[in-house]
Amino acid sequence: MVQIITGAEMAEAAKAARKRKPGRPPKAAAGMAAVNDMPPTDELVTMYRDMLLIRRFEEKAGQLYGMGQIGGFCHLYIGQEAVVVGLQSVSKPGDTVVTSYRDHGHMLACGMEADGVMAELTGREGGYSRGKGGSMHMFSREKNFFGGHGIVGAQVPIGCGLAFSHKYREEANVCMTYLGDGAVNQGQVYESFNMAALWDLPCLFVIENNQYGMGTAVTRAAAGRSLADRGAAYGIPGKQVDGMDVLAVRTAGAEALAHCRAGKGPFILEMKTYRYRGHSMSDPAKYRTREEVDAMRKQHDPIDQLRDVLMKQDMTEAALKTIDSDVKAIVTNATEFAQTSPEPDPSELYTDILKPLTGGATSVEV
Amino acid sequence: MAVEIKMPALSPTMEEGSLTKWLVDEGADVRSGDVIAEIETDKATMEVEALDDGRIGRILVAAGSENVKVNTTIAMLLEEGESADDLATDLANDMVVATSAAVSEVPEAPESPESPESAASPVAGASGTAAVEAATTGAELEKPVAEPVASGNTAPLTVREALRDAMAEEMRGDDRVFVMGEEVAEYQGAYKVTQGLLAEFGPKRVIDTPITEQGFAGLGVGAAFGDLRPVVEFMTFNFAMQAIDQIINSAAKTLYMSGGQMGCPIVFRGPNGAASRVAAQHSQCYASWYAHCPGLKVVSPWSAADAKGLLKAAIRDPNPVIFLENEVMYGQSFEVPDDDDWVVPIGRANIVREGSDVTITAFSIMVGRALEAADKLAEQGISAEVIDLRTIRPLDIDTIVNSVKKTSRLVTCEEGFPFAGVGSEIAMQVMEQAFDWLDAPIARVTGKDVPMPYAANLEKLALPQIEDIVATVVASCEGFRGD
Ligand SMILES: Cc1ncc(C[n+]2csc(CCOP(=O)(O)OP(=O)(O)O)c2C)c(N)n1
Ligand SMILES: [Mg+2]
Repeated sequence: MVQIITGAEMAEAAKAARKRKPGRPPKAAAGMAAVNDMPPTDELVTMYRDMLLIRRFEEKAGQLYGMGQIGGFCHLYIGQEAVVVGLQSVSKPGDTVVTSYRDHGHMLACGMEADGVMAELTGREGGYSRGKGGSMHMFSREKNFFGGHGIVGAQVPIGCGLAFSHKYREEANVCMTYLGDGAVNQGQVYESFNMAALWDLPCLFVIENNQYGMGTAVTRAAAGRSLADRGAAYGIPGKQVDGMDVLAVRTAGAEALAHCRAGKGPFILEMKTYRYRGHSMSDPAKYRTREEVDAMRKQHDPIDQLRDVLMKQDMTEAALKTIDSDVKAIVTNATEFAQTSPEPDPSELYTDILKPLTGGATSVEV
Repeated sequence: MAVEIKMPALSPTMEEGSLTKWLVDEGADVRSGDVIAEIETDKATMEVEALDDGRIGRILVAAGSENVKVNTTIAMLLEEGESADDLATDLANDMVVATSAAVSEVPEAPESPESPESAASPVAGASGTAAVEAATTGAELEKPVAEPVASGNTAPLTVREALRDAMAEEMRGDDRVFVMGEEVAEYQGAYKVTQGLLAEFGPKRVIDTPITEQGFAGLGVGAAFGDLRPVVEFMTFNFAMQAIDQIINSAAKTLYMSGGQMGCPIVFRGPNGAASRVAAQHSQCYASWYAHCPGLKVVSPWSAADAKGLLKAAIRDPNPVIFLENEVMYGQSFEVPDDDDWVVPIGRANIVREGSDVTITAFSIMVGRALEAADKLAEQGISAEVIDLRTIRPLDIDTIVNSVKKTSRLVTCEEGFPFAGVGSEIAMQVMEQAFDWLDAPIARVTGKDVPMPYAANLEKLALPQIEDIVATVVASCEGFRGD
């Protein structure tokens, strides 16, 4: 488990300095709860299953795209599964999630049905957006998943707004706001960091550093030592985490969420991760070598790593096979659903543009 | 059952490609995710991955094959317990050679998708009617309720006070409503519109933001997604350009893209249009920009009574509303009904002066100018009907069309630029719905097609004046009197 702490102390100190009343000595930084214990086996199994579901789902999505059944842009999450699964494993009911267009994994991890997600990918009536959003724009109010956003960086202030609504209602919930290593250079991210820190918003910024924004390596786009430091100027603590290790993600996530939940304001987690597939389906892949991809796959695969842990805990090959075939069945059913669900009715063209007024213009909605 | 591995599409437009290389041989064991082949088009090289665990039973398309059609079976994957002998012998004998003719004979997959053209045809084929339908559906959806009837008592209020009262009343009635923007709290509003709100509602609900338009517009959208009711003030709408992505892409489109789940009950408000001598970057009317976009409502009141009633309606509306005020109007007083709950429905125009010879449409500050022009026209014997649009989208086209059917002439007024302006849209819709009633071409009075100049004389020339309205109406009536 690699866990490099970068910029955390510096950021904590800056924050403490900002908050400190003049004349008072700085308090020693309170150590965060140690959450290093190995989770119970059933939780490990759940995480294994959740990661495998994302993997198999995405492979199938790639295949359906290849067959022309999924159109437009389709960004797969293969390789990054540990990030969202690790974090969801320590989230609480009522926590909200918002992310970019690389969102299939997040939706599945939030408990959205594979059927509805796959059917949205094929643009069918049974999709979460009834075929009107597609791969990049899906939502579930029920599961507190707030999209699926196609404009790089735009989800970041939206995540702050969701965090703002938690705080406004005095709920002990956090908004997990995911963004990429490319998105982290957008101006609105810093507008968001500033407001989140200024107003102590319960917002966990999760930077999924998969090393590339399309074809641009992070080192060619981002100045500075580490992305975890990007909140230092605002006093936001940040931490770099091995995002290929679901247990490291889980531990860091628990600490960061506890910080946000305790009313101490936002936290930044930089997840060092990797996407095996192209940026979207049409990716010339000239910006990295096959050896690089293979090395990540062979040495750092998040699913293989957890599998090894489970095997050491006397999990049998047969038990893992059962999980495998359960997951396969879910994906097969979802595919069948997505292929047979009808296309949206042409009348759907004109629905959902504006919400009708409820109860006339003169009644106050409460 | 053996699994067919198919030639994949790399993009929605790809129809065929070359199979450049196999990275596995027949008989090789593969795991899901292993790279098994490389394919290439004129645009990209891509890897083909195994989608299941198994053994490569047969390779059906040899490396080096060109023009391999998408969805051609390129190999067979044996699942556990199967052997190559299980594959049908004809398939096994039928090693496809590297000619496009041979390849294209391989049958298409049964679920092969429709071409994009045919998929889109039900809509594209009927675009003419679709456009009309869209216009009517939009109006239908928000078929506005009748004009509110005031109890009779009124009090003089400035537009500024009316807007403040509207916010305060809605905040008292619904604790999800909060106000956010630059200088709205302690400073009491850059134009003093939020005066007194901080004292009554406190800093939790009246929030000074940093100068961070894109950030707080996006934060407001997120808060609205989170079921609050933000009223976001832009110091002026010129600065909302920083935030227009959040307004259009996040606020306006998410209801549609979520299949009706999300909704974004938010009001973006602030002064719009020219102030006085502040030049090009601080003097622009954005009515037609926002009205262009489905998913937004756009309101721009003139009188204080409408400012109050429409802002209350906007805050209660479950949709994003762009509320365009005018700095020059803030200090003007009007009689405002002092009813407890004075709400003016969005989507209704108001005939502020009746007439029989010509219809003049206007909104915001231009309504006052149109009324003054109507007085001057009356002196010349021309009876002008003046319609205050109040809402730009959804446009109350029925009121305009009915008026035009009476007067047979139409002049539209706005401060904004002429190109694709509000007047352009009104002219088009009136032509569609009342062409046979028109006795003269529709004419428009707009701001000049130039960035706003600073010099006093030039600024006056750039902005539409009362005399411009009078002259345009006279020309419209004169040229076609013919009777
Ligand atoms: C504002 C904006 N600019 C450009 C794009 C096109 N685009 C889509 S994804 C992407 C790369 C983003 O990379 P990163 O943030 O690292 O996320 P990843 O794709 O790696 O998950 C770009 C440039 C966009 N969608 N929005
Ligand atoms: Mg990236």
